[in-house]
Amino acid sequence: MGDPFGMAVTHALASGMGGIRTAGDLVARMQMSRGMKIDAAKKYVADRLGVSVIDLANEDVMTEVRREHDLGLVYALPGYARGIEAKLHIARLLDIEINCVKRMRT
Amino acid sequence: MGSYFVRMGDGFLDRMTAEEIRADIEAGTQDAAEKAKIKPLSQAEIDYLLEICTTPAKFIGVERGNEIVLTTDGVVVTPEEEPSSGVPVSRSVGVQIWERIVCADTSELGHSDYSYKAVKALVSSEQQVMHDILLNTVVPVFYGAMPNLGLYTQPDGPVPNPAELLPQGKIKEARECQEQAMEYAIKDMVYVAERLYEAGADAINFDTTGAAGDADFLATLRATEILKQKFPELCIMIGMAGETLLGMHGELYYQGVCLAGLPPHGQAKVVQSAGGTIFGPAINTKTNRSMPWNLARALTYTRACVEAVDIPVHANVGMGVGGVPMQEIPAPDAVSRVSKAMAEIGKIDGL
Repeated sequence: MGDPFGMAVTHALASGMGGIRTAGDLVARMQMSRGMKIDAAKKYVADRLGVSVIDLANEDVMTEVRREHDLGLVYALPGYARGIEAKLHIARLLDIEINCVKRMRT
Repeated sequence: MGSYFVRMGDGFLDRMTAEEIRADIEAGTQDAAEKAKIKPLSQAEIDYLLEICTTPAKFIGVERGNEIVLTTDGVVVTPEEEPSSGVPVSRSVGVQIWERIVCADTSELGHSDYSYKAVKALVSSEQQVMHDILLNTVVPVFYGAMPNLGLYTQPDGPVPNPAELLPQGKIKEARECQEQAMEYAIKDMVYVAERLYEAGADAINFDTTGAAGDADFLATLRATEILKQKFPELCIMIGMAGETLLGMHGELYYQGVCLAGLPPHGQAKVVQSAGGTIFGPAINTKTNRSMPWNLARALTYTRACVEAVDIPVHANVGMGVGGVPMQEIPAPDAVSRVSKAMAEIGKIDGL
């Protein structure tokens, strides 16, 4: 994105996917692990989650989807996965390797 | 005739008419098209950019469905005892704030020296911090630093300084020094990246690549090759320092491509050839031209990168690059317009 002071938040709100509030981290992981362009990455994640591409950035839908699949939430609710435990579920759902998860398993 | 608030390249808030803004947009895209021999923005794209620039709202965003992924550089690099933002939090807490308060798509850990050479000496503690962060966070975490070839030349490093040799007419010696510095830099980049990957990092960010010219860029490409051979699954993001690669050496080639003077879409191609996963073009902002001129120019360059490669392109849009005004704290009215235009006209994969 570029040097952060005073403007990274602006980009996050103006064009960002929404991070763990929605499916931003999941789409990012497909770009990073499979080198997918944005449209392909969104479609892949949407298909795996069973939602529309539009809903990938819809907080109302994605909060429920993240709860259902236990993919990590903005609020650390009791009984739901946090940190590396959530990444274990993400790796399984997206069928990708996540480096730290792989190392934890081995 | 009505006028609109418009930022200048230095961030000054001015007013321009729609006709003046359109003229600047057309001139900006033509400037990039002629310099890099790429196609300018179409009439429809110019019209849409004019609409973005003249929207009365201070803050604007993409249309639903046009959201893109955000990667970062240098977000969480300041230590607790010396926070440049004045907020005394540790870097591991910083990443968690980035994830759960800002809700960014990815995050990054880095050291305040932000150079692979400097990190080499304390990589063990960087591994510890990375490991700690990864246990507690969900978003992908990059480790970022600069190749920074300048640190390998005297008085900071072991190699005689090319900037001192060149004025003496010692061109051959200056080139040899840069080649020697490259070898040191490659070793450091590979060493640090390997150690952070061992600690679990999701990706490596070679940031501000090419800041010391073509040798700086070639060192990064070679380090990328080595790392991808060892760890094919490792994500490597290569972000540039500026739009046209400086030929400080002048005779360096990568797979037959001369690196000196390489335009952004040419840089994207060699990054893809080296095995880079994400490419980040950096288009310079001219402070004496308007933001519409700069943004049109940056969009023209950036879109050529997107069309040139199959890997994701994440444009650099920090202060002074990508159409963002050159000031320490860029205004959200300018930054949000850049964000929207990059996603919807530049067709980029991320920022």
